[in-house]
Amino acid sequence: MLAVSNRDPGLSIQDGPEGETKDRDGLLATACGGLELRSPIMPASGTFSHEMDQVLDVAKLGALVLKTTTFGPRAGNPVPRVSETSDGMLNSIGLPGGGFEHFSESTLPKYLHYGSPVVVSISAETVVQFGQMAQALTLPGVAAIEVNVSCPNIEADGKAFAMSKSATASVVAEVRASTNLPIWVKLTPNTGELVDIALASQNSGADAVVIANTILAMGIDAPTQKPTLGNVMGGLSGPAIKPIILRMVYQCASKLEIDVIGCGGIQSGVDVAEYLLAGAAAVQVGTVSFVDPTALVRIEDELVDFCRSQHHSSVRELVGALEIPGHSINTAVNQMDVAP
Amino acid sequence: MREEELPVASSLVVLSNVHVGDGYWHVRIRAEEDQLLAKPGQFFHLKCPTGASGPSYLRRPMSVYAINRELGFIEFLYKVTGVGTQGLASLQPWDELDIFGPLGVGFELPAGSGRSLIVARGVGLATMGPLVGGLVRNGNSVLAICSFRRPEAEVGLVPFELAGVEVHRVYDSDGSSDVSGLGRLIDDLSRVQPFASVYTCGSARLARLLSGLACLSGVPSQIAVEQRMACGLGMCHACVVPVCTPVASTEAAGDTGISETKKAGVQTKRVCCEGPVFGLDEIVGCWP
Repeated sequence: MLAVSNRDPGLSIQDGPEGETKDRDGLLATACGGLELRSPIMPASGTFSHEMDQVLDVAKLGALVLKTTTFGPRAGNPVPRVSETSDGMLNSIGLPGGGFEHFSESTLPKYLHYGSPVVVSISAETVVQFGQMAQALTLPGVAAIEVNVSCPNIEADGKAFAMSKSATASVVAEVRASTNLPIWVKLTPNTGELVDIALASQNSGADAVVIANTILAMGIDAPTQKPTLGNVMGGLSGPAIKPIILRMVYQCASKLEIDVIGCGGIQSGVDVAEYLLAGAAAVQVGTVSFVDPTALVRIEDELVDFCRSQHHSSVRELVGALEIPGHSINTAVNQMDVAP
Repeated sequence: MREEELPVASSLVVLSNVHVGDGYWHVRIRAEEDQLLAKPGQFFHLKCPTGASGPSYLRRPMSVYAINRELGFIEFLYKVTGVGTQGLASLQPWDELDIFGPLGVGFELPAGSGRSLIVARGVGLATMGPLVGGLVRNGNSVLAICSFRRPEAEVGLVPFELAGVEVHRVYDSDGSSDVSGLGRLIDDLSRVQPFASVYTCGSARLARLLSGLACLSGVPSQIAVEQRMACGLGMCHACVVPVCTPVASTEAAGDTGISETKKAGVQTKRVCCEGPVFGLDEIVGCWP
């Protein structure tokens, strides 16, 4: 959803600590995917847990997107589950956990007292299981459901749901029929049909799409002649993927009516601004928290500084405000479909 | 909830960083007050600078080798093995190093005045530095068996010397590190005076030996383990190890021998926040 920029260089920031706090709150407040958010910055699923409250004020995060819970218990993948790349990391964790019943009894309650909107991420192997989980997890305190469709579909020989328009549409429609909570659909970047799959999500009842999950990749340790991950292949994340995901957010935001949440390689407040300019209504921040445990706070501070330096009074002014000299945005996006 | 101090990420001044032989380096860093409260067996997550092989993106977990609370510094002993440790080796005095911690669950130290056995090998000795000091301060006597490839590869012995404890050095080069010989040695030593606690790090072979020795059966035994890690806080579930949890029923559990824990089934635990120190049988009991 690309908005027209209403940037006004004449807006002034009030002086004094109280005024500054009020201005900061007003600057950061936004709405996304059916939720009112204190800030457009939230952790990405799988990179956040309550243990983070040892280093920062979890209550101040835009939303708490929890680690994906699965239909049944899963042991997860063999180690090594992570390996380093030159500008990011590979992971193949394998969604370990006790299943959604254990999650709702033991894990979810740990997140309900913070006050930030709690977004529950679900994954399943069949369409019906997705629906059952969405229904069971429509609980007091849960603000939205993020549907992780990047997992293998056992009804389609293990091909990930998010690789297919029809499979994604089936899952989203089933979840839509099973809950009245806002639905965010987290899509995979490992497809050439991302925009169509995002549109299928929208048309099946999604309130937002999260662009995107990790990029399928692998690493090899030449001296030992072995893969660097126990599972051989895994997902690439971190700053290495930011330009790719930024492009995908731009392409999707220009075609969708629902909100796009950008997720890929954000390291700084300016990175957030770039995603917002590309059309994201909010962002998820993941891998950088492994390197800089208080990154979510730093990035928010940097975004505030950026907005003030550019005389924006609200982050919403940035959303879709990309200016392309000599082009309207729609013309530029249409050109993306033409091979260079 | 944790009872200890919360971890802190901060850029700190390097006081010294020297090669101590055989690829091992010793770095001393000015630390913050909360970080000086690190307990034996806890670790820090280090943001390594760019070294000869280029930058490293992820932090590196490193157990504490020594802490000096009076003078306000902390020390790490590390072996240069890859991109991250090559970066560490490039540090010069007055450079800054970003360290995050203390993290993880450290060793449980007995309060009494028993006799403790420490068995460690190679870089595993780095983890034992604060432990040996802590045990002696608590009134325990300590006997250490330190295993190396050869006498020239000896490293990490300073805390043992400072604590004035008895150290048996064994080597691969003369066959003295052979496990059957070590088993007999520990058996003989425990006959003189039984051990009240056992600690190990750095060798699966030694851990398996300790776990199987009849003379140590029922003695509280702990192991510090390593695993490739990302977040260090328990969020990412990368650094798991299989563990055999004792069965809940005390009747069924009996003693905590390997055969019993195996029956309880295998699960995984996160090294960064549920470790890096675990019960020895919890870990070894899962090994094939």
